[in-house]
Amino acid sequence: MAHADQKLAIFRGLLKFKSNVQKIWGVLIFLSIVTTVEVVLGIIKPESLMTMFFGMKLLNWIFIILTIVKAYYIAWDFMHIRDEKGSLKGSIVLPLIILIPYLAFILLVEADYIFEVMNAGFVSWNF
Amino acid sequence: MEVATTNPNEETNVWGGGNQPLNASYGKLMMWFFIVSDALTFSGFLVAYGFSRFKNIDSWPIADEVFTHFPFLHGVDAPMYYVALMTFILIFSSVTMVLAVDAGHHMNKAKVTFYMLLTIIGGAVFVGSQAWEWKNFIKGEYGALETRGGQILQFVDADTGKRVALEAFAADIPSTRDTHQRSNGLWFVDESSLPNYTVEEIKAGFAANENLVIRGEKIDEKGHKIVLSREASLDKINDAVGVVEGANLVHNEYGNRLFADFFFFITGFHGFHVFSGVVINIIIFFNVIVGTYERRGHYEMVEKVGLYWHFVDLVWVFVFTFFYLV
Repeated sequence: MAHADQKLAIFRGLLKFKSNVQKIWGVLIFLSIVTTVEVVLGIIKPESLMTMFFGMKLLNWIFIILTIVKAYYIAWDFMHIRDEKGSLKGSIVLPLIILIPYLAFILLVEADYIFEVMNAGFVSWNF
Repeated sequence: MEVATTNPNEETNVWGGGNQPLNASYGKLMMWFFIVSDALTFSGFLVAYGFSRFKNIDSWPIADEVFTHFPFLHGVDAPMYYVALMTFILIFSSVTMVLAVDAGHHMNKAKVTFYMLLTIIGGAVFVGSQAWEWKNFIKGEYGALETRGGQILQFVDADTGKRVALEAFAADIPSTRDTHQRSNGLWFVDESSLPNYTVEEIKAGFAANENLVIRGEKIDEKGHKIVLSREASLDKINDAVGVVEGANLVHNEYGNRLFADFFFFITGFHGFHVFSGVVINIIIFFNVIVGTYERRGHYEMVEKVGLYWHFVDLVWVFVFTFFYLV
């Protein structure tokens, strides 16, 4: 179990590390940078990113994309999915990336519909 | 020539038992299956949160105005710094966990012990931070009035635009209303402690302070809460039926009650995961110390709890985004 087959490159081979320990610190630095960017954006909230894009603020899309990037590196490098067999990778990741966006899509569309009904309907929600 | 046909010998090897077709042990696979199902549970919660939020998209509380505390900085408006710190703590404890796993691959008992200890400390600090966050959330900061329809009315200084706490302006009207207790009334009726002020005291104090206006739950196009004019505020305050200080599952001074419900439920469920992760890590830590895995010949158990621990970190990354950032 010496794990001689560990893949030590991230960013599609752009960044290669000499040892697994080095790779771990490298990923930590990357995750910290991403988190810092998120927090800074969250505090200053640049006016230019407040435009609506596909039902949400552009800033929110950036947050979600950065989160998925972080999730990718946690799963791939900390949880060692990068070193697993393709079949195991697929059976873990595929159910999640199929089911979660599907669930989010149907529930958010439904919620938006309910919002419209409450907004335009004859029901008072503040009496 | 034999490329297209499978080797019957190899086939028995793969499916005949006694090996690992996915190149992962039974225990590790089961941990992965658990993680996949738990990930779906958490997505269910977060999507339900998204549902409620989209349903109340024009009146949802603004997280930056709710979570503004930082330890030892009283009265300083510090949105997000604290959760950012918590995020770094959790990511760092994730890193020490991978380092422990890596040391396990090299059969280095001393290093595994050290890194497991750091991981446990990181997890404990995170749970403690979350408890502090809950304390602030439950205690509340400014207080608010609640209308019969469950809407929250908050108070703002018209000149500065800053929030004003109830205690800053509430009039002092002596009243004889006591908390109902089982011992001196209907034995099956109970009530929680009364708020510090009555609605009458707030109304009188509001009428006396010309510079106060009311801020409702509605949000304008720019994402700010709509502040009413003085006349509209004087009219609106008559809708109030109760005083709310802090938040619980029924009342919430920050705005929509569902916000508090989901906050308690999702961060609570995640905090419980962290807590159980810490407990499991402690068990494994002592197993490392007494040399169980040294004798077994491999540290795969550390790897398995490591998977769980990283998963907890992974979930927090999403909770952080959807509760505090978005």
